[in-house]
Amino acid sequence: MTGQGEGAARRLTIDILRYNPQDPESRPHMETFELDEAPSMTLFVALNDIRDRQDPSLQFDFVCRAGICGSCAMLIDGRPGLACRTLTSSLGERITLAPLPFFELIGDLSVNTGKWMRAMSERLEAWVHSDADVDLTRLEARMEPELAEQIYELERCIECGCCLAACGTARMREDFVGAVGLNKIARLRLDPRDQREDADYYELIGDDDGVFGCMSLLGCQDVCPKELGLQTQIAYMRRKMLRAALFPG
Amino acid sequence: MKIVYTDVLVIGGGLAGLRTAVGVRKRGLDTLILSLVPAKRSHSVAAQGGMQASLANSFMGAGDSEDIHFEDTVRGSDWGADQQVVRMFVNTAPKAIRELAAWGVPWSRVARGSRESVVNAKKITITESDEAHGLITARDFGGTKKWRTCYTSDGTGHTMLYALGDQTIAHGIPVLERQEALALIHENGHCHGAVVRDLITGELTAYVATATVIATGGYGRIYKVSTNAIICEGTGVALALETGVATLGNMEAVQFHPTAIVTAGILTTEGCRGDGGVLRDVDGHRFMPDYEPEKKELASRDVVSRRMTEHMRKGKGVPSRYGDHLWLDITGLGRAHIEKNLREVKDICEYFLGIDPVKEWIPVRPTQHYSMGGIRTDHTGQSPTLKGLFSCGESACWDMHGFNRLGGNSVAETVVSGMIVSEFIADFCQTEGLHSRIDTGLVREFMQREQARLDTLIHGDGTESATELRERMEQVMMDRVGIFRTGEELGKAVTELQELLVRSRNIGLRSRVAGANPELVSAYRVQKMLKIALCVAQGALLRTESRGAHFREDHPQRNDRDWLKRTLATWNSEADTLPTIDYEDIAVHTMELPPGFRGYGARNHVDHPDTEARVAEVERILSEIPEADRFARQAALMEYESLLPEKLRGRNERLTERLP
Ligand SMILES: Cc1cc2nc3c(=O)[nH]c(=O)nc-3n(C[C@H](O)[C@H](O)[C@H](O)COP(=O)(O)OP(=O)(O)OC[C@H]3O[C@@H](n4cnc5c(N)ncnc54)[C@H](O)[C@@H]3O)c2cc1C
Repeated sequence: MTGQGEGAARRLTIDILRYNPQDPESRPHMETFELDEAPSMTLFVALNDIRDRQDPSLQFDFVCRAGICGSCAMLIDGRPGLACRTLTSSLGERITLAPLPFFELIGDLSVNTGKWMRAMSERLEAWVHSDADVDLTRLEARMEPELAEQIYELERCIECGCCLAACGTARMREDFVGAVGLNKIARLRLDPRDQREDADYYELIGDDDGVFGCMSLLGCQDVCPKELGLQTQIAYMRRKMLRAALFPG
Repeated sequence: MKIVYTDVLVIGGGLAGLRTAVGVRKRGLDTLILSLVPAKRSHSVAAQGGMQASLANSFMGAGDSEDIHFEDTVRGSDWGADQQVVRMFVNTAPKAIRELAAWGVPWSRVARGSRESVVNAKKITITESDEAHGLITARDFGGTKKWRTCYTSDGTGHTMLYALGDQTIAHGIPVLERQEALALIHENGHCHGAVVRDLITGELTAYVATATVIATGGYGRIYKVSTNAIICEGTGVALALETGVATLGNMEAVQFHPTAIVTAGILTTEGCRGDGGVLRDVDGHRFMPDYEPEKKELASRDVVSRRMTEHMRKGKGVPSRYGDHLWLDITGLGRAHIEKNLREVKDICEYFLGIDPVKEWIPVRPTQHYSMGGIRTDHTGQSPTLKGLFSCGESACWDMHGFNRLGGNSVAETVVSGMIVSEFIADFCQTEGLHSRIDTGLVREFMQREQARLDTLIHGDGTESATELRERMEQVMMDRVGIFRTGEELGKAVTELQELLVRSRNIGLRSRVAGANPELVSAYRVQKMLKIALCVAQGALLRTESRGAHFREDHPQRNDRDWLKRTLATWNSEADTLPTIDYEDIAVHTMELPPGFRGYGARNHVDHPDTEARVAEVERILSEIPEADRFARQAALMEYESLLPEKLRGRNERLTERLP
């Protein structure tokens, strides 16, 4: 029924990178846990089991546990991904988990993506800019159905941070806004309700911390859990920003 | 002692909390938001299906209005709702959706011309008018007479929460993440803020405010299997309960959603059935038309969930190693539709079940989903007993859902109540005077009390395990306080939950650090959750009737004569092991829509003595104004507009109802 291996239960060995920066005694180290695999077991189930039954101090973040909210991104066997929707049956008997790099570490597998995302949003002024005085009692402004769908496609980003964890530029430039930031600007640019023009966006992303920092290594797109076409968006934005720089006004 | 002062302290960064904060900020007040997680990760993000607002743009929504939305909501509530609040809500919902549209939500739009759709398992052709092209469209949802549920493909909650999250940032409102409110600071019936714990450092801070808003969502996680995010533990509602002053309303009203996947309990949206999916049993038979010939799969959730359970009890469930389930069949909708409008469902099936719903049926069963009960407030969102404490969203009971809420009415409620309540909070702050002087002695007292509680857990010699208590509580709620309830089972539940509560006062920890400490968090939360669970179980035990989602097999009738009342729970003393339960009457003689048959489910109720007279009066009033338009007729039956903040009054324009 579940497409799950129904064969003999495996004994899983999970190596977790542990470190609690709050604790002066703590040093980064790998710790190994073992548990019996259960049918349909996800890393969400496995990690909670370890915390409930083996080590109550283990830190990690889950919220929706359904692949929707983006809280639980971590390195799973070295690759950024959402732990909640990763079935252990899709992994080997020995699994390595580490926190997402690039972001501030809170402890063990928990990182502060929220703080980074808020700072990025402030820096990129990542909200619909409009001075229209909308009368809420009147019919809403019309939008072409296809345009609404296109905007939604870009809006599907869940700010999980996987793209930055897989990004070559982010490794070198800590102020790089990443695919998440560039995608957000592409989304706002597409939206007729945002009254800004390319020259305004250029001010925000027309440098090496923005769209010109990307080295087109494709890491972001490879790992994006929502399968967003990030490289296409970045390439498109780069052309638009170049145009804005070369032909202002 | 660390103290932070603000005008309006908002606890909760979901849709309700964010909209409230933006509202008070726009009125010039200083505000900040506390949240367990980054705001955009709040549970609101998971709403896939949509938001109800009677725009009447699409062909299948034609003729819709506030009036029909009102009737659907009141019937859905099984007459438990406050009808004036429902009127306030349905009149503000179109404004709310239009505001969100202006803030960037890419609502799916009406496309002119013909398209194929599936209704009642049959293909039909729908033709949209030129006139409606580009306006916000809607889909079908349970318990509604019109297609009224507006949506963005399969990510309604996500797009709403992101738009509001962005507005919060645009208005420069701080969201303090990974902060947990542990207790309200209050004295003499006034609330002055909260004691808050930093989940990273473990440090306590007092937030002192003129108005405090609890917008912390539902309490689904007191059940073992729930569609809710794992942070929906009801601890915010417990903050109010633990004051001993504020009251909780209708805590026994807990909704079970018909279609969560087995075993993970992850929701597949009602949009599946709204868009034409059907339910099948072990023989592949579509059974809902046998029970509900008119609404079939789209009766209200409480009814569909009960019918499913009933059918499984007849031996028609599909046996599996995780217990019986039924099938949700959306294969008739076709790949293109599923991949566009139900993509999230497809993802969930692929990742968690390893199946393709375009070709295969989805194993589902009813699962805890929504908390109708919550902090009792008046129509302004304020607690009637604890001044300065407000609540809105799923954590509140103001009370527009009564004993069952309709799909799509909840995200609508979050933003609508945020719009309304923020105006009343701003008014309150103006009359109260900002930073009303409060004694730091009082703050110190509350801070010390919370610190002492934490210290007892960390350094004490308790022997009980928080995990064990919690797992037992979840199981008791599941087994004995579920879809079908009986006095006997509920009695056992109350007894055992009381024992668990007593044991929870003696929890001991294995990891004794004061900073980030998941075990400590789990310990103080389970203490609160047990109190919430007891409010639910005790309320359900005492309510010897069936209404909406609360179904007593030993009292299967809805009994308006004895039970047309709202349950109120308070927790009088820390030493108590039970809430004190009280009731307030729901007045029949002022209802716009007097109690009657819902139109689905059992036709089986005991009338209230005032019902007959009110029905006659409604008829008389309407017969005296045969020429009047719908607005005048409504106003003649039940005034509500004066209850709305001034700026939110006024009619809503529609294609067929243009404003001058
Ligand atoms: C899977 C699923 C799908 C749904 N789909 C729909 C739908 O299609 N249509 C619809 O109308 N409704 C739907 N609902 C219901 C709807 O999503 C919720 O009722 C609504 O989003 C609740 O919003 P809220 O703002 O009240 O609370 P939430 O979004 O739950 O936010 C609560 C906030 O409070 C914070 N918090 C909690 N406790 C504390 C504390 N002690 N201290 C500090 N912060 C705290 C949290 O961090 C969070 O930010 C769905 C629900 C589920 C479970």
